[in-house]
Amino acid sequence: MYPAPFEYSAPTTLEEATALLAELGDEGRVLAGGQSLLPMMKLRLATPGHLVDINRIPGLDRIEHVDGHLQIGALVRHADVVDSQEIADASPLMASTAPWVADPLVRNRGTVCGSVAHCDPEGDWNSVMLALGAEVVAASRHGERVIPIEDFVVDYFTNSLQAGEMVTAVRIPRGDAGTAGKYLKLERKVGDYATVGVATHLRIDGGTIVEAGIGLTSVGPRNIKAREAEAMLVGEAPSSELFAEAARAAALASDPASDVRGPADYKRAVVEAYVRRGLEACVRQISEEG
Amino acid sequence: MTVTAPRPATPPEIGGLGHSVRRKEDDRFIQGAGRYLDDIVLPGMLHMAIVRSPVAHARIRSIDTSAAEAIDGVVAVITGDALAAHGLAWMPTLSGDTQAVLATDKVRYQGQEVAAVIATDPYVARDAATLVFVDYEELPAITNPQQSLAEGAVLIRDEKEGQTDNVAYEWETGDREGTDRAFASADLVVSLETHYPRSHPAPLETCGALADIDPATGQATIYLTSQAPHAHRTLFALVAGLPEEKIRIIAPDIGGGFGNKVPIYPGYVVATAASLLLGKPVKWVESRSENLISTGFARDYHMRGELALSSDGKILAMRASILSDQGAFYADAQPSKFRAGLFHICTGSYDIPYAHVTAKGAYTNKAPGGVAYRCSFRVTEASYLIERLVDNAAWKLGMDPAEFRRQNFIRKDQFPYRSATGFVYDSGDYHAAMDEALRLSDYYGWRSRQAEGPTEDGKLIGIGLASFTEVVGAGHSKEYDIAGLKMFDSAELRIHPTGKAILKLGVKSQGQGHETTFAQIVAEELGIPFDQIKVVEGDTDNTPYGLGTYASRSTPVGGAATAMASRKIRDKARKIAAHLLEAAEEDLEWEPGRFTVRGTDQSVTIQDIAFAAYTNPPDGEEAGLEAVHYYDPPNMTYPFGTYVVVVEVDPADGTWKVLNMTAVDDCGVRINPMIVAGQITGGLTEGFAKANMQWITFDEQGNCIGSNFLDYLVPTAYETPKFTLGATVTPSPHHPLGAKGVGESATVGSPAAYVNAVLDALRRRGHEVDNIDMPVLPHRVWGAVNGVEAKP
Repeated sequence: MYPAPFEYSAPTTLEEATALLAELGDEGRVLAGGQSLLPMMKLRLATPGHLVDINRIPGLDRIEHVDGHLQIGALVRHADVVDSQEIADASPLMASTAPWVADPLVRNRGTVCGSVAHCDPEGDWNSVMLALGAEVVAASRHGERVIPIEDFVVDYFTNSLQAGEMVTAVRIPRGDAGTAGKYLKLERKVGDYATVGVATHLRIDGGTIVEAGIGLTSVGPRNIKAREAEAMLVGEAPSSELFAEAARAAALASDPASDVRGPADYKRAVVEAYVRRGLEACVRQISEEG
Repeated sequence: MTVTAPRPATPPEIGGLGHSVRRKEDDRFIQGAGRYLDDIVLPGMLHMAIVRSPVAHARIRSIDTSAAEAIDGVVAVITGDALAAHGLAWMPTLSGDTQAVLATDKVRYQGQEVAAVIATDPYVARDAATLVFVDYEELPAITNPQQSLAEGAVLIRDEKEGQTDNVAYEWETGDREGTDRAFASADLVVSLETHYPRSHPAPLETCGALADIDPATGQATIYLTSQAPHAHRTLFALVAGLPEEKIRIIAPDIGGGFGNKVPIYPGYVVATAASLLLGKPVKWVESRSENLISTGFARDYHMRGELALSSDGKILAMRASILSDQGAFYADAQPSKFRAGLFHICTGSYDIPYAHVTAKGAYTNKAPGGVAYRCSFRVTEASYLIERLVDNAAWKLGMDPAEFRRQNFIRKDQFPYRSATGFVYDSGDYHAAMDEALRLSDYYGWRSRQAEGPTEDGKLIGIGLASFTEVVGAGHSKEYDIAGLKMFDSAELRIHPTGKAILKLGVKSQGQGHETTFAQIVAEELGIPFDQIKVVEGDTDNTPYGLGTYASRSTPVGGAATAMASRKIRDKARKIAAHLLEAAEEDLEWEPGRFTVRGTDQSVTIQDIAFAAYTNPPDGEEAGLEAVHYYDPPNMTYPFGTYVVVVEVDPADGTWKVLNMTAVDDCGVRINPMIVAGQITGGLTEGFAKANMQWITFDEQGNCIGSNFLDYLVPTAYETPKFTLGATVTPSPHHPLGAKGVGESATVGSPAAYVNAVLDALRRRGHEVDNIDMPVLPHRVWGAVNGVEAKP
């Protein structure tokens, strides 16, 4: 076969799934949308011993409001986010990002939580989650815990889940009035990973920026939260000088590698241009809402 | 003479020349009911998987097949040593070099075939292939021709007697002295150094073979993804020593070829040898990655070109030197006299008195090929070089590139035109095609828009032109051959008693629509409705000999053969008609489908005549109504056109978007305009791909970057620009229908137009830039804007 041999289980409850994962330890891998895992298995870059398919577990496919958050279940597909009115209302940034994820075929199967858990620095969603200050809900045989996204994203393809744990949802704060967001992505073609991706999130209240989030894709060993740039923005009135300064700070926070998609200097320049454009787009959105 | 498309001579229900009838073959293709190689299942069939080298250059110390052989379901593991015992470890290439079938001494590129596992199940074969352990002693990898030809470079082809360097071939053409003199007297010399990168056509269907050798009779039936089944049969006979009458090659439906299915691949030979050894049918179908890393690539030409110019903008001479990266084996498919193919066409559409070309091919530790992608008689590279040079020259002279072209075009009264490299262009009206392209694209409107400056959001407008001349339809047999086989082609036409027909051809469609186009030629010539003519190709037992379909040669050669066979039938039909009408032959008038006695209403239809051919033939005439024609074209055909591209470039991230792409093609008389438009649309898309995103690169160790569709980019409908198509019609004077080949025009002609457009955008905003290599990636554009060399 294309992939190396593997075992397969399809539990129908979360309890069954977490019990199985506890038992399998490192051999177990969760299969949700499979859009990263299966291609890697096809090329034998990933050779998990046992797939735990969670697609038959009811209730994980919901987008719902929980405790002032919008919660996105582990089986919510990228395409569901594209179509979701709740998302559009709660997070302009997520709504702006979803159509940029991969291509329509992948969006129909792949899941937001799968992408978050995969921690591929070329994945789009973790930049968004970092910009929004999201939280990851993880379940194991011992129960549930909530992990702030900054603690969840550890390194290159590495999250902070413990053995036997799986992601059941990711949740974001509900966007209040005056919230805007924009995802800008440079890709060589539809379905390609980002050469550079930039997530920008702003909330403006009474002419002052009260929340700012900037996440960067494909410009470091993991998705990057441009904290200094964010800090420069909060408490200030939006202006092109301010945005240019924040964009420079974000570019400095990036740590791109030179590869077939371009040299590091180039990618840094694109980060700068896109942060500026993203912030300007946010301001335009808010003024249009008016 | 340039005219607009003439009115069709036949009504739509007959569907002769000029009718955009729907493609007959699409009924089965769009229902998913095509029958491709992998659809064929034979009783007792075994499956083969190939073990490939993970490294680019290494000596093979040993191969351990025992673990693979121990797997349940594995029937045999074949190595190069086993083939060597039968004299099959090496085979000739189509360009007179040799190529390893399974490596015995060294591996010379990543992905090279080292062993083959034959099993009862394709999955078992693939699993077992991972258990063949090869001990490699790694050698330095050479990944470009400059490295390859440098002093002290490791010898790649150390097995070739007398080979002391990495030079695959050297070749030159043109008039060196005359060219030197012209350059010495020039007011201005413009030069360009550019790399046409390696790419791959990535046909939807990968390559494969199903070999079925009957142990009792020795009859070998080999199903093959082949663009040239007859030539392949002969080569199988010569290479494998099988008697040719016992070899039957069947090329079933083919899901795209683009030259990738011209060569004979090691997998074909090994599957055939395995069937011979095991006495059972053996199927081999490669994966996508195997196709991309090991089969016929395209281009990889490092070119330097120069134009000698007078200060008033006349081109005095052209000089070009080429360094081509051939990979580990020289496996182009060039006519044997032409080591760099038809690169002679490098003077393009211009009246250039002197030209001189030198070419050198180098071996590297990369896959062999060079044969593929919609013209690798190297016209693509030549056309790209001249069209880029012409734009650079116009810029240096401060002339509008359209005006510069106009002033240097070969005029229509100069045809037939002998070029400085000795080609005789059959016909053309370059001014008319360019004028039409300028009009359709609103060229001067865009120039005015451009003069106003960048767009509101800071994008730079650029306009690029390419006025290519192609040379296709090889060829007359004095000059052109493949591995010694002359490049004629053939048609066999039989009219059945009820007036329906079967047409058998030596060419082989891979999606070009032959079942429709060639039926339309018969419809035109005989008045039989196109949908009552069955077209058969690809089965060497049941079709006449031909060299196959590549290099845009099917219509120029096979199409001409079809017309000529039809005319032989019409001549006989006239005799039968005279007999039926009791009239003299010279009193009969022909209109499509009918002979009428001049000045009367007495007539017989082709259907009446066909019936009589079997039921009531004239005395002294043979019964039946059939003809064979082998057509040896008197010359190549020279399609041409002008393409105009308008882009907007974002200087902040270097991305560029096509705002307008207008293509005016002149391929002579169009048989089915819809199919021609389809060919051009596909070619423009491929040209865009190469200009925008598509290449295969290698890292320093010789690892192929581009072994899957994540790394090797094929544009989808999202990226592909919208095209505006136009036409002029300048018939070929020597083709029976006035047609020229068109399959490759757009792939050949369009890349330069895209690149010229991006450079134009930058230059007109003050960025002096002579070249950006393809693909014109955003970071390269950004580098040009910011004056930094942006590698990689």
